[in-house]
This record gives sequence, structure tokens and C-alpha cells, in this order.
Amino acid sequence: MKLADVAEAITSRLGGGVTGRAEFRGEMTLSLQPEALHQVCEFCRDELGFDLLLDISSIDHFEHEPRYEIVYELYSLTNGLHLRLKTAATEDHPEVRTVCDLWPTANWHEREAWDMMGLRFAGHPDLRRIIMWEGYPYHPLRKDFPLEGKFSDVPDVAFTEPAPLGGGPFVTAPVHGTTEVREPRARRAGDPSPDQAFIAES
Amino acid sequence: MSDRNPYAYDSKIEGNIIFTQLDTAINWMRSNSLWPMPMGLACCAIELMAAGAARFDIARFGAEVMRFSPRQSDVMIVAGTVTYKMALAVKRIYEQMADPKWVIAMGACASSGGMYRSYAVLQGIDHLIPVDVYVSGCPPRPEALLDGLMRLQKKIMGEHSFLQQKKELLASL
Repeated sequence: MKLADVAEAITSRLGGGVTGRAEFRGEMTLSLQPEALHQVCEFCRDELGFDLLLDISSIDHFEHEPRYEIVYELYSLTNGLHLRLKTAATEDHPEVRTVCDLWPTANWHEREAWDMMGLRFAGHPDLRRIIMWEGYPYHPLRKDFPLEGKFSDVPDVAFTEPAPLGGGPFVTAPVHGTTEVREPRARRAGDPSPDQAFIAES
Repeated sequence: MSDRNPYAYDSKIEGNIIFTQLDTAINWMRSNSLWPMPMGLACCAIELMAAGAARFDIARFGAEVMRFSPRQSDVMIVAGTVTYKMALAVKRIYEQMADPKWVIAMGACASSGGMYRSYAVLQGIDHLIPVDVYVSGCPPRPEALLDGLMRLQKKIMGEHSFLQQKKELLASL
């Protein structure tokens, strides 16, 4: 079985839920309707042999709707195939159905997505924060959360204060060009990238 | 002085007697038997372990007895990044240590937050507990930690421990 066959099988069985298909450097990505996610995941696990959930990550497309994108990385140990599933969640209702019942490992991944990005997973058995502490009021990986953080205080548990950024945040330059071009690596957001400066000079 | 024992200070009374101040004697004992509480939180802890191992041998300075119980420790070596999640735990362990107690902030993160200007990291452990010695470096080499330890010993030797206790006692009456 190849990735193309997998994509074919999913679209022929559950085609209504698939909104997009992309192939890049041998990696297959399917975009799904949020309602179809659980069904597709179950199909992938039970009939296509994707017995391992590698990771769940999320993307914040701030100021675009749907704001959040949730990415599921599936792997088949029997066939050696890697499949990526993507689905979306809106800003007003950032919730999708859990896949904990399919892969137990999703429990912690979904808790992390809740903690860092504020996405909820309907049907999750234990949706607590996993990295920050209970009572912390923010979701730090959202684009509208400042890097330096905000004030917060949970008595006897933890407090936070904004960190001094000293003119930052500094943006690291891409590692093209000579050392002369790249340095200094500390640049402010919005500065022209050194690559552009280098191209303009030469 | 006899030929047999040239180092006796006052051989007329007896050999091996030294006259000194109580403060100096107490400080000398304290500074040469510092039991560290290894608060290893990040990569600095690896250098702390190196300082404790054979090559750098922190035992040369009387600080080899790493205690994992705060009740038995004299100096807390905060080695690494103090996140907000860990911060109150560090403070609690510090408060559990018996007096007299000292703190070494080892490395950039423990001293100032280091490169972590971020929502998750306390910008220096001195926001929560008093620090006696800051050791620079990211991470500092074991020699740097040993230098910090020697500076702490020097600092302890300058303390008026007995006078201080007396003052506190009088103030409490």
C-alpha cells in the first residue's frame, strides 16, 4: 500500500469530509471537515493500519478565519507510511472532537493543545492544563499573546510577570550567505532580512 | 618551641592551642563545611556535577556533601533556568533550609533569566530569595563555580555571626 492508495481509499469512502489534498516531497496531507475528523481517523486506524499517532500540533492563523488549524500526524508501523491530517477550528468555537478513544496517546497531546493554544476537545476524559498550571489565565502560543508574558497570580501555586525584552523581540536571520552577511544575528522584527540586503548589494 | 613540635603557638602552656575570636572560629567552621543543596534545574546542573566529580573535586573546598534534603543543607546552588512553575518550589525548599543558609545563583538563567526573556521564566532567582554569590556563564565552567564558592567562603569569614545572634537575641527580648 502506498500513500496515494491511502488517500484514494479515504476520498472514495469518506470523500464528503475531505476538503483538500496536498502532496509535497513524498508527504501526503489531507484537509478535513471538523465533523469528519473522527470518522476519518477511525477509518485510518482500523482499516488502513495507521496504528500510531505521532503528534498533534496546532497553528494560529491570527486575524484569518478559521483561526486555528489542528494537525494530526499518523504513522503506520505495519506499512511504514506517514499521513498528515489537518482540520480547522474557528475563533468563536475552537473545539473539535477528541481522538483519545482511538489513540490513548492523544490524551496528552490534546491537553497540550488546550494549554498552549486554547483549543478544546469534546469528549476528552481529562482536559486539564499540562505544562502551565491550573488557574493560569492565558494560552501562551496564541499569536495575540505577547512573548514577554503578562501578569498573573495563583496564590501558593505560581505567579508570572512580563519579562524585560530590552528592545526586542530579536529575530534570528536565516542561515544563508557568509558570516559577514548574517552577523549581527540580532535583528528587530521588521528589519529587512540580510539576504535581501545581500542580494541588493551584489 | 621545641624541635619536635615547631608549630606550637604557645609551647609554655601546651602544644596545639590557638587563640582566636569566637566569630572567626565559627565562621571558619561554617565556611569550610558547606553542604550544598544542589538545585539543578537545567544544563548548569551538569557543570555542577562536573564540579563535584573527580576532575574538579569540590571536596577540596569542603563542599562535597551534596544533600538532597534542605534540612541538612547550608548553601543552595541554584543551577539552571527557574521557570515560574518551579519558582515557588525553589522558594519553599529555601525556606525549609535551616539557618545559617546561603544561596549561589549559578549561571545566567538563575541570575537574570539569561536568554529566556519569555512568559515562562522567572527573571532571576533574586526576585524570590536573597542571593549571596552570582556566577556568570552559560553554563559556567566548574572552575567558575569553585571560584564562586571560594568567594562565598570569603564572605562568610567576614560575617559577625556571634554579634549578629546577640543583636537578634537582644532585639527579641
